[in-house]
Amino acid sequence: MDHHSVGIVSPHTAQFSEPLQFSCGETLGAYELVYETYGELNAAASNAILICHALSGHHHAAGFHSTEDRKPGWWDTCIWPGKPIDTTRFFVVSLNNLGGCHGSTGPTSINPSTGQPWGPDFPQVRVEDWVDAQARLADYLGIDCWAAIIGGSLGGMQAMTWALRYPERLRHCVVIAAAMKLSAQNIAFNEIARRAILSDPGFADGHYLAVGTQPTQGLALARMVGHITYLSDDAMANRFGRELQPQDSGDSGSATPQFQVESYLRYQGTQFSSVFDANTYLLMTRALDHFDLTAGSGGDAVAAFRGASCKFLVLSFSTDWRFAPARSREIVDALLAAQRPVSYAEILADEGHDAFLLPIPRYLDVFRAYLSRVET
Amino acid sequence: MRQDLTHILRWIKPGARVLDLGCADGEFLALLREQRKAVVTGIEIDPDAITAALARGLDVVEQDLDGGLANLPDQSFDTVVMAHALQAVHYPDQVLDEMLRVGREGIVTFPNFGQWRCRLHLATRGRMPVSRFMPYSWYDTPNIHFCTVRDFESLCRQRGIRILGRDMIGTETGGARLARRWPNLFATTAIYHISR
Repeated sequence: MDHHSVGIVSPHTAQFSEPLQFSCGETLGAYELVYETYGELNAAASNAILICHALSGHHHAAGFHSTEDRKPGWWDTCIWPGKPIDTTRFFVVSLNNLGGCHGSTGPTSINPSTGQPWGPDFPQVRVEDWVDAQARLADYLGIDCWAAIIGGSLGGMQAMTWALRYPERLRHCVVIAAAMKLSAQNIAFNEIARRAILSDPGFADGHYLAVGTQPTQGLALARMVGHITYLSDDAMANRFGRELQPQDSGDSGSATPQFQVESYLRYQGTQFSSVFDANTYLLMTRALDHFDLTAGSGGDAVAAFRGASCKFLVLSFSTDWRFAPARSREIVDALLAAQRPVSYAEILADEGHDAFLLPIPRYLDVFRAYLSRVET
Repeated sequence: MRQDLTHILRWIKPGARVLDLGCADGEFLALLREQRKAVVTGIEIDPDAITAALARGLDVVEQDLDGGLANLPDQSFDTVVMAHALQAVHYPDQVLDEMLRVGREGIVTFPNFGQWRCRLHLATRGRMPVSRFMPYSWYDTPNIHFCTVRDFESLCRQRGIRILGRDMIGTETGGARLARRWPNLFATTAIYHISR
């Protein structure tokens, strides 16, 4: 266990009985959100930071669940005493979004009206619905106004949505490697991922839990495609180059991975498909594709941000081609034009979109320098 | 605090929206915020300077001035300041135009290359001046567009830029009076308050 971490943490479950109406029109009668907290909430409840997770993320952002855990939470590089999101100053809340597959109500939960898993019938959730559910969690925890809401990638989209939907409920919004909407190329990659899942015979029209199959191959393929978009060309070149797999016994059939990058992608795909739910993947990619921060203002980003009253930090990474620095610049320019306080840095990093999860010195310096102004 | 920066303060109205082009570590913006209650934003390209300015609690946007200011709307700031950066950009004339498009007023400071020491250095040694104020060799200097007080005022005339006020900084020993009287010969730093 790495001692540079918040240590042993455990998840909590909040139950909500007041129905939540989704933007698609459907209503979820009762639901649960699983979350973790790090640090102490002060008496004024003014030092809380909400972490919004990305596509395949969850509530376990920092620390370890047990001393046997090999890996800490997914954002342990940024959350700890002395790290940018300093848990000696802040009370950090991280949850699994609705529709997720790590404990919050989602497609693997039981649909009370059928007694069966929701499966493909879980309501199509949008980013706005996640934010509404997060606002309920804030009420539940007694937090009227977040000191900051922070997210990378799809998480950054949730943070921005908060700034427009609940402007009085956050003081700072930190948007990392995100965009105001997806490009056609982004959607195209998500569509390949979805087709991979949908065309797996084990998918059974989404009822795989009921019939006892799993679209393992499809989900693995989906992850492989996604994973390529998280890395940069340079990152792949540095890590794998054209190195071949060690060959024993001259087995070089075309089905056997021959290059190290193939083997790596297969490993990532297999790992992911053993822990993630295919219906959740479909839901999350759809929410991502449909996200458009400016939809409520006729496509006018400047008009949209005029409704925000918090301060913003926007960060991008030089080799990120999934949500490129140009997408972050659009956010910054709209904020400047809307005369909203904004800081921006483009971090030089080889690692592509994944850089937002990695301990890149300048990234952590800028992040820490900004958060030092956030009053508790 | 650099002398030219304290001179600028009096031209900034209380509560003004101020943009600083090339804000470095934000020392001046922090002063403006404190003494003028100004709403300040900095533009900077140097990574360490950006971090330092962020740590002061300032809003800083990473942006290359040589890429222009097209992302900023017309007249969106009361004052746009550019201290000791005019000589380091690729197109000083265009940057001045852009400053006065984005801001109602501009404040520019630059080292005066017409100062007698520069002239003497060039005249007697036949080498590009290297001094405490301009400590770079010609081949690795960020300062690629040196000008004199007269050069600057001539450019303002050509471009229809009004000079609302000017101030000059001379050498420590009695240089202030000389610099105001004969700026092109004695000013080490020129400070201009401009508008359209």
